[in-house]
Amino acid sequence: MDNLLSIVTFIPALAALILLVFLRGEDEAAQRNAKWVALLATGLTFLVSLFILAGFDPSNTGFQMVEERDWLLGLQYKMGVDGISVLFVMLTTFIMPLTIAASWNVTTRVKEYMIAFLMLETLMLGVFMALDLMLFYLFFEAGLIPMFLIIGIWGGKDRIYASFKFFLYTFLGSVLMLVAMVAMYAEAGTTDIAQLLRHDFGSETISLFGFQIVGGMQTLMFIAFFASFAVKMPMWPVHTWLPDAHVQAPTAGSVVLAAILLKMGGYGFLRFSLPMFPVGADLLTPLVFWMSAIAIVYTSLVALAQDDMKKLIAYSSVAHMGYVTMGIFAANQQGIDGAIFQMISHGFISGALFLCVGVIYDRMHTREIDAYGGLVNRMPAYALIFMFFTMANVGLPGTSGFVGEFLTLVGIFKVNTWVALFATSGVILSAAYALWLYRRVVLGDLIKESLKTIKDMTAREKAIFAPLVAMTLLLGVYPALVTDIIGPSVGALIGNYETALANAASASQLAASQ
Amino acid sequence: MIQADLNVILPEIVLALYAMGALLFGVYTGKDRLTGPLIWLTAGVMAVLAAWIGIGGEGTREAFGGMFHDDGFSRFAKVTILLAGAAVLVMGQDFMAKRDMMRFEYPLLVALSVIGMMVMVSAGDLMALYMGLELQSLSLYVVAAMRRDSARSTEAGLKYFVLGALSSGLLLYGASLTYGFAGTTLFSGIIDAAGEGQAPLGLLFGLIFVMAGLAFKVSAVPFHMWTPDVYEGAPTPVTAFFATAPKVAAMGLLARVLHDAFGGVNADWSQVLAVLSLLSMFLGAVAAIGQTNIKRLMAYSSIAHMGYALMGLAAGTVLGVQAMLVYMAIYVTMNVGTFAFILSMERDGQPVTDIAALNQYARAEPGRALAMLVLLFSLAGVPPLVGFFGKFYVLRAAYDAGLVWLAVAGVVASVIGAFYYLRIVYYMYFGEEGEALDRSRASVAGVLLMASAVVMVVGVVNLFGIETAARAAAAALVN
Repeated sequence: MDNLLSIVTFIPALAALILLVFLRGEDEAAQRNAKWVALLATGLTFLVSLFILAGFDPSNTGFQMVEERDWLLGLQYKMGVDGISVLFVMLTTFIMPLTIAASWNVTTRVKEYMIAFLMLETLMLGVFMALDLMLFYLFFEAGLIPMFLIIGIWGGKDRIYASFKFFLYTFLGSVLMLVAMVAMYAEAGTTDIAQLLRHDFGSETISLFGFQIVGGMQTLMFIAFFASFAVKMPMWPVHTWLPDAHVQAPTAGSVVLAAILLKMGGYGFLRFSLPMFPVGADLLTPLVFWMSAIAIVYTSLVALAQDDMKKLIAYSSVAHMGYVTMGIFAANQQGIDGAIFQMISHGFISGALFLCVGVIYDRMHTREIDAYGGLVNRMPAYALIFMFFTMANVGLPGTSGFVGEFLTLVGIFKVNTWVALFATSGVILSAAYALWLYRRVVLGDLIKESLKTIKDMTAREKAIFAPLVAMTLLLGVYPALVTDIIGPSVGALIGNYETALANAASASQLAASQ
Repeated sequence: MIQADLNVILPEIVLALYAMGALLFGVYTGKDRLTGPLIWLTAGVMAVLAAWIGIGGEGTREAFGGMFHDDGFSRFAKVTILLAGAAVLVMGQDFMAKRDMMRFEYPLLVALSVIGMMVMVSAGDLMALYMGLELQSLSLYVVAAMRRDSARSTEAGLKYFVLGALSSGLLLYGASLTYGFAGTTLFSGIIDAAGEGQAPLGLLFGLIFVMAGLAFKVSAVPFHMWTPDVYEGAPTPVTAFFATAPKVAAMGLLARVLHDAFGGVNADWSQVLAVLSLLSMFLGAVAAIGQTNIKRLMAYSSIAHMGYALMGLAAGTVLGVQAMLVYMAIYVTMNVGTFAFILSMERDGQPVTDIAALNQYARAEPGRALAMLVLLFSLAGVPPLVGFFGKFYVLRAAYDAGLVWLAVAGVVASVIGAFYYLRIVYYMYFGEEGEALDRSRASVAGVLLMASAVVMVVGVVNLFGIETAARAAAAALVN
């Protein structure tokens, strides 16, 4: 299987094409067919992607299962995975069947809906596997189109505003990255990521419009990439598109957004920013630290004040992504291991939380926290599952949420105690908003008239949550499942990063002594 | 000797003979009912010529003592122009037939203007340049005012004529200055007179005036004022023509003058082009936001696109010319598709140009809406569609030439520009239920719409090989 990665990537696209060409009509049978095709295609993708995991050798820190073909303009079609990307691929293929299953109640334009999600899966997988700079950009940007349509067509009341904001915000971030990529191409003469990782971009101080830029090219390129990934992540203060997009998107859209799309930012930092521009990254690390710390504390406080459930969870996502950026830029084994772990675990937990909101939204068609209360009386199974994921979100030991937070905090503590102090206070705040949300929605007496007839979860809904619960618990009690796979690659990344910094430091000393 | 000269311009002669023969035939039979077949015939002749030039031609030849060049560059431009002209002709036929606009002069005027464009991109002399340009422009003035009974259309024609005449005046003034200071009208002589590095002051004036005149034709800011009015006023098939072939010709001519006649002093013109490019990109992006008429919107969109193409040219390198050519070819393909769509926008048989009329279009016509969606995202330059590669090429060329600030400005403008393309998507897909447009029948325009959308997706694989052709073309021009 030489082109396993391409097969995995393009199965969903193929299914989308089949739907587009062969499925006609809007009647019930056609809708059912569209749903089944989508579910089977995403399920098949997951099964085939297991071969990637099975064939992956964690001890090899290079790229594996590489495919390479020439493309236009001296670019290449090159795909491959390493320890950093392989789990994101698995996360994507794992989450997608669940989101399709969670969309079983969609009735408007089902065919287009499924096509959009299938295309989105292909593009997301492409992002994590691409080993050519432009190929990466292509997948990264193209994902905006289906997501724009998903929010705009199937979204809530203010979907238009949210979809435009989502598109333009992220587009602006990434076109700056495009300029930096053009610059890298011109500098290094290649767009092959594996070669770029070995290339030393200039870090001598340069002067631009009268400003002295310490770190030179590296700093500028780091900032350009940072503009894109920070928006995608999203980091404070460019996070404001996320709550809007989350609130307006349909449930499945929110799940994909939280579970996978946000992870592209973190993945980008690990693939590009840190290893390719070590000097630039090192210079700006304090800024990233404090932005992360502010994100954790500030968005947690904002979350406390929300009266829309999805918005609350969206802000909690921003806070959790704060741990991720903090961990990545701590640039030690615990920090980066923890960041990747946190991203994977957040994929399960936040996805599940949005699904939880979706369950009651499907029944009551409101996300107002005040419209609920006392659900435990009529929905015991729901109450249990919601509690489980609330606790996981808080970071209760035994769930995967704890491992990620703990590792990133250890990582940052070794580098910067003050940031660690602020970030840790976020743990308490997250407990506050999450538990308060749970109390207001689920606990108490059932006094709302409209809730008197609400039904508990169906078998389909329970089936969707089962794998998520299993993964959250499994990773919570046996985190080595993840760290064994990512460990060697992360170790190599840190080794290269430190060597590059040491080289740059000795080079500048040499220049100073002459 | 004359035999060899005529051989070089054989395609132009064939097209001219065809146009004049058909004109005679039309005058004597006086039948407008033959217009339909004549449109197809004209398009067929142009397509055959495109194939002939594209496949048959090779090497570099000169005719009439250097007045006329036949090289890779001119062939690339000519093929693009001919194909665009043919496509636009056939797709407008339904529209014109319905509105009683089928005059046999229409395809012939288009053919004549195409001859003018072919001369333009082959010009090796200021005289040839001006002759080609005027042949093109005069035909276009008439075509713009083709609906004699419509105030809009005649206004558009008149406006185009007055401003076009002004720009021709500027260009002529520049040409005469250039002639005065260089002592020759041949590009090969001017380049010697201009020398390397910095052009003599007189020639510099000539250069600037010539550039101003040509900037009118490509509708680069600040010489763009006619564009929205003419686009809006002219009948839609004519607008479609304006947006495609003449832009390629004018851009090709600009590249030819700058590199063949002023190649040695490229620092002088590169900064001018960079400013034109910057202004065009931003004005095109910002001014289109408030438009509700899709034809005006496309006018601003084409201004912005010309800005990107100029960015490639401003680089002043082989890569820059190559980027410009690729960009123009992609731009023309997208515009053919988009105008094919606009042609089919009707309600109760009347053409509609208000973009709000597209409300919920995706429900009524999912296939066409999807094709248009692809084209719009491609126009906005969102990957993975082909429109993105055009932008990538020019960015790369600009970066290599040290115009980093222009590249950054270009991408920022593209984000602003994305807004108004998205707004059309918004109407088609997210809009409120409104009065629906007529369902369109299968037609040539529909086929071209689908075809160009497919090209935008499939072209990602290798851009249909135009990269190699454009590289050869650029290498032929820049030396």
